[in-house]
Amino acid sequence: MTFGPNMPISLRILSQPAHLPVVRAAVEKTCELLGFDAQTAGGIVLSVDEALANIIKHAYKCTEGKPIEIELAVDDVPGGRRLRIRLRDYGCHVDPSRIRSRDLHDIRPGGLGVHLMKNCMDSVDYQGAEGGGTLLTMTKNLPGSDKRG
Amino acid sequence: MANQNSPVREIEWIGSTVVARIAGDIDLNRSPQFQHSLLELLDRKPRRLIVNLADVKYMDSSGIASLVKLLSRTRKAGLVLRLAALNDQPRKAFEITLLDTAFEIFKTEMEALA
Repeated sequence: MTFGPNMPISLRILSQPAHLPVVRAAVEKTCELLGFDAQTAGGIVLSVDEALANIIKHAYKCTEGKPIEIELAVDDVPGGRRLRIRLRDYGCHVDPSRIRSRDLHDIRPGGLGVHLMKNCMDSVDYQGAEGGGTLLTMTKNLPGSDKRG
Repeated sequence: MANQNSPVREIEWIGSTVVARIAGDIDLNRSPQFQHSLLELLDRKPRRLIVNLADVKYMDSSGIASLVKLLSRTRKAGLVLRLAALNDQPRKAFEITLLDTAFEIFKTEMEALA
C-alpha cells in the first residue's frame, strides 16, 4: 500500500455521533490494508472511536456541527514503520494532566475510554493545538516493526 | 417485538426470565437508547435478565457503561443479570476494562438460561 507521511488520509467530520460509524469503517479498512490482524485492528478502531466520543462529549460538550479533523499516516521509525493517527478539535482544551484512566476496580459507568485507548495503542499523546483546541496523536507500530519507534 | 430503531431487536419472556436480544453497533449514537430500553425492562419486574449480544459486532465504552449501570440497578433490586454470546470485540473490551469478572458472561443464550 502506498501510504506514507507525505500521503496521509484525511477525513473531516462534524461532532455528530451518527458520523462515528463512517470513521470506524475507514479506520478498519486502513488497518486491513496495512496488514494489522483483526484483533489489533479492532483495538485501533475502538481507540479512534473513543477519542472521537471524548471530543464530542468533553471538548464540544455534545454540541453538534463542530469540526473534527482526522489524519491517518504511516511514518518510518527506527525498527520499522508505524501508523500515526491525529485527531484535531477546536473545542475546550482539556488539560492533559487531567486525562487519565480511572481505577478499574471501582465498578461504575464512565471513564473507561482513555484506558481502552492506552491499552490498544503504543502511544497516546494530548497537546494543546495552535489556535485553540486539542491535538491528539496516537501511534501503533505496523506488523513486523519492533517497539523502538 | 421491540421498536425497529431500538438496539433491542427482540424481547422474550421465559417464565420470570426476560431475554433481550440486541442487534447492531452499540456506540455513542445508540447507547442512550440501548440503556433506556434495558432499564425500562427492569420496570417489568423480571427475576432474571439475559442480554444476548450475539448480533453486536462492536461496542464502545458508552455501551459498556450502559451495562455497568444496568448491573448496578439489578444488584440493588436483587435481580440476576447475565450476558450471553459476546463477539470478539466486545469481549476484548470487557477484558481490557476488567469487567469480564464483574459480569456473569455465558458463551450462549442457552447456557445463560440454564
